[in-house]
Parts: sequence; C-alpha cells; structure tokens
Amino acid sequence: MLKVLDSAVPIACWSCSIGHNDSTLFCPHCSKIQPPPGGDYFQVFGLERGFQVNLPALEHEFHRLSRKVHPDRFARAGENERQWSLADTALLNDAYRTLKDPLHRTEYLLKLEGAEIGEEHSGKDRKDPSRGPADLLEEVFELNMQLEEMRMARKVGEEDPALLADLEHAKKKFECLLGAVDEDLHAQWRVWDAADSSERQAAQKAMVALLDRRRYLSNLVRDVTEVLGV
Amino acid sequence: MAELNSIGRVVGIDLGTTNSLVAYMQGDAPAVIPGVDGSNLVPSVVALDPVPADGGRPTVTVGNTARKALIETPERVIYSVKRLMGRGLEEIQDELKLFPFRLADDMEAGEVPRIQLGEMRFTPPEISAYILRQLKRNAERFFGARVTQAVITVPAYFNDAQRQATKDAGRMAGLEVLRLVNEPTAAALAYGLDRAKEGTIAVYDLGGGTFDISILKLRDGIFEVQSTNGDTHLGGDDIDNLLLAIALDEIHAEHGVDLRGHPAAVQALRKAAIEAKISLSTEPVAKFDIELPNGDRYQREIPRAVFEVLIEPVLARTAGPCKQALTDAGITPEQIDEVVLVGGSTRIPAMRALVDELFHLSARGKKPHIELNPDEVVALGAAVQADILAGASKTTEEMLLLDVTPLSLGIEALGGTVARIIQRNSTIPASATEHFTTGVDGQTNVAIHVVQGEREMAADCRSLARFDLRGIPPMSAGLPRIEVKFLIDADGILKVTAREQRSGQAAKIEVKPTYGLTDEQVESMILDSFDHAEEDFAKRLLIEARNEAEKILTLVDRAPGSPAWMQLTGEEHAAIAAARDRLASVVLGDDSASIREATLALDHATRRYADLQMDAALSTAIRGKTMGMAGEELGEEVTAPHAMAPAEFD
Repeated sequence: MLKVLDSAVPIACWSCSIGHNDSTLFCPHCSKIQPPPGGDYFQVFGLERGFQVNLPALEHEFHRLSRKVHPDRFARAGENERQWSLADTALLNDAYRTLKDPLHRTEYLLKLEGAEIGEEHSGKDRKDPSRGPADLLEEVFELNMQLEEMRMARKVGEEDPALLADLEHAKKKFECLLGAVDEDLHAQWRVWDAADSSERQAAQKAMVALLDRRRYLSNLVRDVTEVLGV
Repeated sequence: MAELNSIGRVVGIDLGTTNSLVAYMQGDAPAVIPGVDGSNLVPSVVALDPVPADGGRPTVTVGNTARKALIETPERVIYSVKRLMGRGLEEIQDELKLFPFRLADDMEAGEVPRIQLGEMRFTPPEISAYILRQLKRNAERFFGARVTQAVITVPAYFNDAQRQATKDAGRMAGLEVLRLVNEPTAAALAYGLDRAKEGTIAVYDLGGGTFDISILKLRDGIFEVQSTNGDTHLGGDDIDNLLLAIALDEIHAEHGVDLRGHPAAVQALRKAAIEAKISLSTEPVAKFDIELPNGDRYQREIPRAVFEVLIEPVLARTAGPCKQALTDAGITPEQIDEVVLVGGSTRIPAMRALVDELFHLSARGKKPHIELNPDEVVALGAAVQADILAGASKTTEEMLLLDVTPLSLGIEALGGTVARIIQRNSTIPASATEHFTTGVDGQTNVAIHVVQGEREMAADCRSLARFDLRGIPPMSAGLPRIEVKFLIDADGILKVTAREQRSGQAAKIEVKPTYGLTDEQVESMILDSFDHAEEDFAKRLLIEARNEAEKILTLVDRAPGSPAWMQLTGEEHAAIAAARDRLASVVLGDDSASIREATLALDHATRRYADLQMDAALSTAIRGKTMGMAGEELGEEVTAPHAMAPAEFD
C-alpha cells in the first residue's frame, strides 16, 4: 500500500463511507480500491522528490503495486472497482514511465519545482539556431555546411570519402559533448538532492540550461546520423 | 464434465485470420477445446446456406462445413475477414483486389464496409461474431454449461479501431470480452507458464494475415512487454497470393485461359497454392496439377529454392519491425535470451533462417522455441490470461501481464502536424492530460482530432476520432481552460473525458469514431436471441447431445463386418456392446449430461477400432497420390468412420 502522507481533508470511501486519508490506494476499513490518490509521481512510489532514483527499487515497487491495482485483478469486480483500478494503474504506469527515464524525470521534477522549461524532451526537431550555445556556433556552422554538401553529393550519387570521415569525426565529437552534458547533469542532480531549498535554485537553473544544450546537441547528432544513414 | 458455478468459466479465444480456436485452463495447464468434428481448429470461414424453400432466413455455417462451400458457392462464403476488421472503405481497396470479397453496392463513404454474402450483407464484426459464436458453442458443448465471458486475442499491432471492432464482435456473439490480449504476449504466457523463467524473450508471430514482434521481460511472474512492432497486413496470405498470381499468369500465357473472372477456379487454385506452400516446408519440391475449365491441365513443379527466392521480399518485410522493436526496447539481439515462434508461417524453413540471423541465435548456440504447436499457442496463452482474470487459480495467481500500446497517440495540431501525447510502447493503461482553449471570443465548441501512428503529419496517421468539446461557456478567446484526459485502457482502447476548468463545467463531448459502429448499431447486430434464453440453451444442448449420440450409434451398428472390427478382441467387442447399450438406453431421455457421458464412454471403447479404421483409410488413400491429395480426401473419410476421431492431418 502507498505510504500514507499528510493530507488536509479525509475523504469518504465510496464503498463503506468511512473517511480515510486521501493518499491511500485501498480503504483501510473495507479494503476496497480507491480513486487515484492526489500528489505527484514521486508520492505514487512513496518517494521524496529527488533527481537520483534507485532504479531496481523503483522497478520492484512498480511490480509490487501493479500486482495490487492492475485491472486484471478486477476483471470480474463491480463497476466502481474496475473504474478505480483502471485510473490507479494509469497513474502508476504514467509515474513509472516518467521516473525511470532520466531525462523525463529531470524535466518532470524541474517543472514540479516551478522551473520554466523551453520544450519538452520529445526527440522532435524544432530547431532554433539562435538558441545554439555560443561556444559551439563555429563548429555547428561548419557541420551544417558539411551536412548540406553531403546531401548534395548523395543526391547526384557521389561519394566523398574525406567528407564522410569529417562527418564521422564530427558525430563522435558531438556525442562526446553529449556525454559531458549528461555528466554535468548528474552532478547537478547530486547538488540538488543534497542541498536545502536556498541552494536548489542555482542547481535548477543550471539543469534547465543543460537540458537546452542537451536537446541542441542530440538534434545535431540525430541529423548527422540521418545523413550518414547508420 | 459439467462444472457449473455461479459465474461460469472464462475461455480464451484466438480469433485468427485463417483459423480460430477456443481454449480453457484444465487444472494447471491450458487445453484447446475441440469442436464436434474433433478438430481443434475452426477455419475462420463463414458461409451462407442457400435460402430455404419456405423463403425463410438462410442459415449461416462456420468452419470446416463453410470451407467446403468455398469451391461450390464462393459468392456465399467469406474468409480472412480479420483483414477487414476496423477498417474503412478507402483502406480496404487493396484487400478487395486480392480476395473475392464483394461489397454491398449501396455503400456510402464513412460507413463501416458491408460484405455481400449471397443475398445478405454483413459488416466484418458480424462475420467475426458468427465465428465467435461457433467457438462459444463448442465450449458450451464441451462443458455442458453456458459460457459468457472470454478473453480474445488480437495482433499486437492492431490499432484502436481494429480492437474496438473485435470487442464489438464479441458482444454480438453474446460474449462479454473481459480482455483483449495481444497475440505475441499470449504466446509468451503459454510458454512462461510451466517454467518460472527470468529473462528477455522475443516473440516472432507470423500468422495468416498479420505479423507481430514483441519483446518481453519476465521477472517474478510479471510479463512486462518492453516493445512491440509489426505489420497488420503481412502473413501467409501474402505468400499464397504470390503463388496464386504466378499460376494465374502462367495459365493465361500457356493455355490462353484467364481465370481471374472465375471465382470458383481461383478458389481451387488458391487451395492448391496453399497446399504447395505447406508441403514446401518439408519437401524439396511441390507440384501443381489442376484441371482447367477447358479440360487442359496446368502442371508445374515448384522447387523449394525457387519458392524461397519468390517469398524473400515477404519475409524481408519482417526484419524492419524486428530491428525497430529491439531499438525501442533499448537492447541488442545478443540480449535476447529466447525467441518464441508463433503462427503457421513460422514453419517455413527460410523464415526460421531469417529469425536465426536477426537474433544471432545459432551463433550463440541457441534455437527458437517451437515446442508448443504454433497454431495453438496463442489460444493456450489466451486461456492462461482468462485464468488470471478469473482470479480463482493457484497456478496463475502470481502471474501478471503488463502490455504496451503499439502506436503513439497524438492530436492534430496547427498546420496538420501531430502533437504526440502518449508514445508508442507505453505500458497500458496509460493516460495523458492536455489543455485546450478557444481562438475566438464567445466560442463554445472546440474540435479535436485524435490520431494514432508514428508519422509527422496527421494525414499520414490513422484517424481515430474527431470530437467536439461542446457547451464551453462563452468567454473571451483564450480564457477557457478545457482539460481533456486521454486514457488508453488495458485493452488498448482509447477513452476520452473533458471538463472546462474555469467554470467547473463538464464539457459535453461526443467522440465520433472515424470508422466503426455506434453502440446502437452493435446492439442491433447481436446475433439471434436463441443464446439468451436458459430454456433454449438446455434444449440446444440436448439436441446436440442426441445428434452426436445418434451419429456414433449408427457408426457402431455399421461396424461389424468391417475388416477393422475383425481385428478387435472378444473383450473389446463386449466392452463396445455394453457401452452401446448404455447409450441407447439414455439417448431418448432428457438428460443431456448423461447422454454425453454415455457417448464419451462409447467413444472411448471404440477408440482402437477408430484407429484401425483410419490406418486402413490412410493406406488406401495414399497409394499413388501426393500426401496433400490424400489428406484432402481423408478429410471426408476420417469424419465418417468415427464421429470423435480427429479430422486433422499435418
């Protein structure tokens, strides 16, 4: 069962009408499944907010809760129970999907903490060159030229081994930069998780910037990969 | 045999393109329920009998009987209807070119297609409902009790409309569909049951009309699907069509006969093509030998090597989805611990070679799993899931299936692009909440277009539903805040709810599926009420039981004098006589259970006789013929000597 958290008003169980804390999945009195508890995705798993998550423990808890609330357990139950099982499981799945992925988790928690995030991480291209990191402008300009050349060459059926090598090299380089961003991001996770609220703001700001940079870099890597056709 | 409890059994049904099966949990192992003819497979073929002399409604037959009508009255028979499920008129044009389906001539755009069958018209879910009803009856006959709840399997890559159409078919057949289960996942359940496995498995499922690949992680009884991919229009049918097209072209070129306008001849040729395909899985060469309407013979040999070159493009189409599924699961082929093969088409050796290559199997000293009959494994898995849902068994109480949605869900945004709200391979149930507002002052409606698919433009995706958020209180543009919740349930079917947050008013939404039947339409298509009355049910069981009893009694009474009978011992003769007398004494009573019991006892007593009969039939039939032809004739022979003998030959 979910960890019972402090909550303002107890609500009445739909089945036995006895009031209970609103963050419980099952009524403590009649054991009937309850509507989705309020709270964020971390609370679904009884976790404190934090960027670092113990993934094996998360998976274990996900499986444990799934066994309890999944619609398969209520296939022949009444309408109410089936409805709440469906809603609870959807919440559980949504929460697990978000928290198990490092980027989704980071964006989610930053938003919870009130940070403004430019775009959601969706892997889609909405390139805005003006937002490119200043330190990369020159290289990105160069890369875009090479990509264009390569596309032209491909169109007329030519192969340019030197250009291919350059692009392979560029791809490796940007992948390295991507790795570095992830390391920086992890460092900020640790800072935020350990810090008190006054120091968290700086870490959040740093993470928002890192996410922007990461998005920009991964778009570049994707473009190169596309052109290389690997 | 009769097990009557208050809530009844939940059966598992594999509603296949070519064959359908019903299975149940027999103790701690799933088992397929045979039909009256003893066969586990019910061909997914539906035929309309000729109009009776009194001008009444013609009856509908299903399965082997319907298949026989395929050659004589092809215009009254339909098969492979699964290919049409949940699809719109525009989408099925390609199918119509390859299959002899005839649409009703008064079809209108946007309508669910209706197939002309003799003088009647049916939607694809209605045709499927007839198949489901047959399976339901087979199960009821087997249990001697009503069956009202089922788990039905669907291809993992089925979209929302195809799933809804399948559920509709269940309802029309008088079945409450407790769950739609993805076929590859069902297969994994069947395999995972007897060995508490851990690890990552890939299920490669190439059936008659659909291809699915699913990658699952097994742990502590939890079957968690990591990714799935596939093609809902790829399967054994495509191979049949290739062979058929070649034969038609050659006949046209060599004999100057164009058979394309002769449904009966095309059917005969298709049958020959299927037999050739099947025999090429075990033989180096297959033969076509067909008599043409003009008396000529079309004779041709197809060596396996030629066949493999021919089907290579079909097989190759399965590689892309496999690679995508691996990528989506974030793993390499080496991380797949086991591969399970499902579907009749996986018997093709070239297919197995491709799977071996895709998952680097023999290189790692591994072999794909084929222990369970690939035609039955999905139904067996459906029975396991049915047992999980029934929730009353120790065997499955620790098991839980966590499946995913195969396609991303999105909303059409400005400029016709798609804004994705639930990504493919998300564990279901899954939900997403989106907020909408108005663009014009005082606007009270907002139109939303929901699509399913991976393409960037809405026009390239499958349109799921268009709906209006209505009753928005008039406010300045951009002020209303309408929260729309999209929920994909455990069957993979979308539900939408909406509410206007500023006024707290629940907006009235009308979810109009782009294709599909309305609730009222489904209601009106529920197959005859015969199944609903308890009294009628008992009557039907009694009639069926008597028919079967009479059949076996006739056979037994005719047996003395046959060579097989002479081979039996005196003891066996006595046992048969005793069982026969017992059955004869109860057959006129009203107790269907005791009739059935006595029938089974007689069946049991005559088993060796039936085997001897069959051996004799086999040796006569095979002489001077190909195995395929012998099997065909045996189809008739085998049901004749013994009512309960299995009518199947591999």
